[in-house]
Amino acid sequence: VSRWACPGCGYFYDEAAGHPREGFPPGTPWADVPDHWVCPDCGVREKVDFELATDD
Amino acid sequence: MEATTADSHHHHHHDHERVEVNPADWTDPKRYAWLLGIVVPLAPFMAWGSVALTGFGGFWLLGPVLVFGAFPLLDIAVGVDPSNPPDSILKWLEQDRYYRWCTYIFIPVQYAGLILACWLWSSGDLSVLDGLGLAFTVGVVGGIAINTAHELGHKRASSERWLSRVALAQTGYGHFFIEHNRGHHVRVATPEDPASSRLGESFWAFLPRTVFGSLRSAWGIEAERLDRVGESHWTLRNDILGAWAMTVGLFAVLAIVFGPVVLPYLVIQAVIGFSLLEVVNYLEHYGLRRDKREDGRYERCRPEHSWNSNNVASNVLLYHLQRHSDHHANPTRRYQALRHVEEAPQLPTGYAGMIVLAWFPPLWRRVMDPRLLDHFEGDVTRANIQPRKRARILARHGVGAEAAP
Repeated sequence: VSRWACPGCGYFYDEAAGHPREGFPPGTPWADVPDHWVCPDCGVREKVDFELATDD
Repeated sequence: MEATTADSHHHHHHDHERVEVNPADWTDPKRYAWLLGIVVPLAPFMAWGSVALTGFGGFWLLGPVLVFGAFPLLDIAVGVDPSNPPDSILKWLEQDRYYRWCTYIFIPVQYAGLILACWLWSSGDLSVLDGLGLAFTVGVVGGIAINTAHELGHKRASSERWLSRVALAQTGYGHFFIEHNRGHHVRVATPEDPASSRLGESFWAFLPRTVFGSLRSAWGIEAERLDRVGESHWTLRNDILGAWAMTVGLFAVLAIVFGPVVLPYLVIQAVIGFSLLEVVNYLEHYGLRRDKREDGRYERCRPEHSWNSNNVASNVLLYHLQRHSDHHANPTRRYQALRHVEEAPQLPTGYAGMIVLAWFPPLWRRVMDPRLLDHFEGDVTRANIQPRKRARILARHGVGAEAAP
């Protein structure tokens, strides 16, 4: 289970939590999120820009 | 320096506080000025009082006179202030809840004014002309309310996002909340963005393109989300339909309480309100264009892709919206912490005056086209050009029409 960070704002995509409102139920792997999906908080950075968050 | 900050990767686990400035040693020169944001929503009350005192019906137009007359003059009289809060203080400044309340308080005043207007329209004391004047004033409040909604709609807290939708209900522009955050911010300053105006495109050509284009785009974004969730498009969980239901409910309640006579005025004020928002959209990115990279994606939005202004009066009126480059670099940043960016192209005056200029396309072109050309160091091919006029504009600047878009 990994977490991916938007490089533009403080948002994290956490695979364990998913993002149900965006259509990603808990446990949805990052690989299943479409490439053109945009950060739901800042709306600026796309999935391909996200960085793997190693620690917190 | 500012661009470095905007482009640098933020690390989420540390706050990087450089303790050069102690919050106690720095005072925000605009701190109490933000309270003036409620002057515009108070306009219906001031108009009513002024007409009652003087008997002069012209005061019903106080809202437009304030925003399109007084504020442009104040921008010239008060001048500019490019000063920024120190970087080390931004986090502290953003968490000060006082600034949030300055925006929250707008909304009850906005709706008190709308109720007052409905009561006046239904009283039978106003001529149709007076009623229309009041509709313009209420519409201007509704348009400025979209700006308040814009500030609130970019925030993470669901309470602020809800307040944003409430502020949009008066103008029926609830879909703006989706299109702006998920559409405009992604495609800003590209030919694909309905809300980015193009060189050679007059405001009057832009208005229908942005109104219908933004609507279509918002629906597409929301439909895609609902498809992923596995829900029907035709439900109140569709954020567009949910937001519009708020407008329908609001207008229905007002029509039941005050009578159907208010309905035409409500429609007129809504059109005036969203047209005001769209003229602001028109001037924010006029002619500016992001380049396409080799991988087919657009370059990141940079400070050079928004028109900015440091005129104090318009900045207070619009919660620093004119510090637009920093807003696009950091959309969730709160208004009080937005910074002037040195690399950003500057408008010759504040947004209030530029709105009036935009209504007169020949004047707009005379002021803005040379400024845009200067920004591109004379290379017109770097502009976002209205396709219909492309050949003519290129020919005028001595460039072959085959030049790559």
